[in-house]
Amino acid sequence: MEFFERFALPHPDPMIYASMVAIVVVSIAIVAGLTYFKKWGYLWNEWLTTTDHKRIGIMYLISALLMLFRGGADAVMMRIQLSSPEMEFLNAQHYNEVFTTHGVVMIFFMAMPFVIGLMNYIVPLQIGARDVAFPRLNALSFWMFFAGAMLFNISFVVGGSPDAGWTNYFPLAGNEFSPTVGVNYYMWALQISGLGTLMTGINFLVTIFKMRAPGMKLMKMPMFTWSALITNVIIIFAFPVLTVALLMGTLDRQFGTALFTTGSGGMDMYWANLFWVWGHPEVYILILPAFGIYSEIISTFSQRNLYGYKSMVGSMVLISLLSFFVWVHHFFTMGQGALTNSIFSITTMAIAIPTGIKIFNWLLTMWKGKIRFTVPMLYSVAFIPLFTVGGVTGVMLAMASADYQYHNTMFLVAHFHNTIIPGVVYAMLAGLTYWWPKMFGFKLNERIGKWAFWFNVIGFVLAFFPMYLTGLDGQARRMYTYSESTGFGPMNMIAFVGAGLFAIAFILIAYNVFYSFKHSPRNIGDDPWNGRSLEWATHNPVPAYNFAIEPEVESSQAFWDHKQKKHNLFKGKISKIHMPNNSGIPIIMAGILFVFGFSFVFSIWPAVIIAAVAFFACMIYSSFENDQGRYISEQEIKETEAKFGGDSK
Amino acid sequence: MSQDHSLYPETMPQHPERATLEGKNKFMGLWFFLGGETVLFACLFGTYLALKDSTAGGPSSEDMFGLGLVFIMTMLLLTSSLTSVYAMYHMRNNEFKKMMLWLGITALLGMGFLGLEIYEFAHYITEYGFTFRSSAFGSAFYALVGFHGGHVTFGICWIITLMIRNAKRGLNLYNAPKFNTFSLYWHFIDVIWVFVFTVVYLMGKVG
Repeated sequence: MEFFERFALPHPDPMIYASMVAIVVVSIAIVAGLTYFKKWGYLWNEWLTTTDHKRIGIMYLISALLMLFRGGADAVMMRIQLSSPEMEFLNAQHYNEVFTTHGVVMIFFMAMPFVIGLMNYIVPLQIGARDVAFPRLNALSFWMFFAGAMLFNISFVVGGSPDAGWTNYFPLAGNEFSPTVGVNYYMWALQISGLGTLMTGINFLVTIFKMRAPGMKLMKMPMFTWSALITNVIIIFAFPVLTVALLMGTLDRQFGTALFTTGSGGMDMYWANLFWVWGHPEVYILILPAFGIYSEIISTFSQRNLYGYKSMVGSMVLISLLSFFVWVHHFFTMGQGALTNSIFSITTMAIAIPTGIKIFNWLLTMWKGKIRFTVPMLYSVAFIPLFTVGGVTGVMLAMASADYQYHNTMFLVAHFHNTIIPGVVYAMLAGLTYWWPKMFGFKLNERIGKWAFWFNVIGFVLAFFPMYLTGLDGQARRMYTYSESTGFGPMNMIAFVGAGLFAIAFILIAYNVFYSFKHSPRNIGDDPWNGRSLEWATHNPVPAYNFAIEPEVESSQAFWDHKQKKHNLFKGKISKIHMPNNSGIPIIMAGILFVFGFSFVFSIWPAVIIAAVAFFACMIYSSFENDQGRYISEQEIKETEAKFGGDSK
Repeated sequence: MSQDHSLYPETMPQHPERATLEGKNKFMGLWFFLGGETVLFACLFGTYLALKDSTAGGPSSEDMFGLGLVFIMTMLLLTSSLTSVYAMYHMRNNEFKKMMLWLGITALLGMGFLGLEIYEFAHYITEYGFTFRSSAFGSAFYALVGFHGGHVTFGICWIITLMIRNAKRGLNLYNAPKFNTFSLYWHFIDVIWVFVFTVVYLMGKVG
């Protein structure tokens, strides 16, 4: 029995037991449903073992949406708890767990897979490639992300959630103040999914550098692909820092080393440094692809070429460089002295310049354009002013001396949600709506989409703008309650109402998927939005080989110019196409890593060793496999093309 | 890819490791991977430099390090880099057996290095009671040097697997990139060791 005691929850609660039952019931329902409808084979052959970048992209997006609702539920719980003074909905411990998991889930398991999912689906199409450089590695990246996400989520019901904040600062995250396994979960869930992300970074960089269609010079790439390129460079140089930090955190917690533990000479502040050396570039890993998506959408729906293409690229390069030199602004109050603070204060403010250039470029793209206010365009238009507010408050926070007043208040919380929600989340919703017909062959309903948009914007403003005010008045973040005499009550009530509207927006979006699946017309053609880049030059939905003939590109608006000038994008002839085979190895390896991570969290060493050996055995097995890929024959391609109504094109 | 990838002296490309798209991708992908690895080791070096004086009353680097043993280790690893260059030279001349011979020597030298490193660690632990728990200096030392040793171990396993796998296949355009990526990785591990030797051992003895 002693063995099982370690899995018990340190802070049980009826709500957690209820979720435990719900998880078991849903899992049984899924297994039973798959068995009843005989879908196991389909699931395994078509999805779980796939190496097709499009399907992997869709699996990323599904996971991201699921995690969005998990993280959203956490957010609503926090807003309920703070809606009025001395609320007793959550106790301090549960509030700590909820804000920790909200942060981790939203950044790592919602925003990251959303960004990577869209990159997976769109980047190879935009550059006219048939897949990524390393298709099997791509599948492994996805499954490692998924294993990490699942590992993090079961912490909730087995052993207890982490509760030291998503930044997980030592000494709070050390054994002394976090004796439960929660922080171990944090370390291993992020380690496994972070390594997956690192592999994605390498994979996409090679794809973009080596597999572009003929004629597509770097300066003729669509802006989303450019943003993906720069993002992946940041991933390669930022994620190893997280890997080291997590590894050292694990050593400290589970092997008694003294790296962050002050007793034997370690430095607890060192964690904060490493965390933010990764963490600040991470912010740009999320926002740059969002900028890329907005560039595509604003240009498409203004029906004009993107204004200032070169300055857009230049400003992104500049942002990516600066992003590595600002990390100290996350802890101005930690005492590194006035000179250091001043330097980081200036580098931080400098980021506003390239970002400002981009804002003006978007505005000038719309100038004199024939704007169509579709749902993706609405999100993009709302993004510009809202994000600017977030940026300006960021410059306020960058002033080191003033930051002593705002640090760790609701002002900060309002600021970063103000950049992440209109910046990243709106971009993801806009991108999802924009590319939805490319993925599934029908559009999302515009009317429901617009309702969701308005709930989203009004809910956002109501939920977060009051926090600026209470923050300036001194309401601290991460405090589970406040007294009535502080006067924070009414503003927090408004924020609660805003959170409610926000939640309705996401329910509407989910409903829209269901509604559009049932009712949307399927005869929308290959180019429903009058698009500009190559992803619209192939069929809807995209065949497995993407392009029957490799396109030849002459400008950064390849498809648009092809429509205007009527020149031929596809000059070659149809011939057999080489494609990678499916493989079960990635999902098996990720499953083994899940077991590895779980056993490590609870220090079950025999299982850790067995899993590690099994993992390397899988690598050796792959090496000995004789997998030469397969060919899609000329005949098969012609048949597929004919089915889409096109001739050989 | 399913076409005949065997190499014939008359049709040999000058760089068999980069003759196919897959080979080119692997070559570039490995460079990006090494870029990430550089950051990873940079963090560990930073940690070591920040914590090397926090000995918590235990032994310091001057007390323990002996340059003789470390010099032999350095020579072994540097030589192994040279032998892997010979192996790649023979690969480009399509001399499979010679390539395998030199790769084998590379692996043996790597094992020699690893054996001495294990001896070194055991010596510190038994003679000085210097473990990764004894002080922040110990934690940072074993984290950095041990992580490098882990990379050497992985490299040895990698090349042995690769040699067994391809023993009967001979050289072709499909496996040439694989041997070449190993060789690049091995050089990288060597370069990192040069920095370990300088920053940890030389500066530990003199600084």
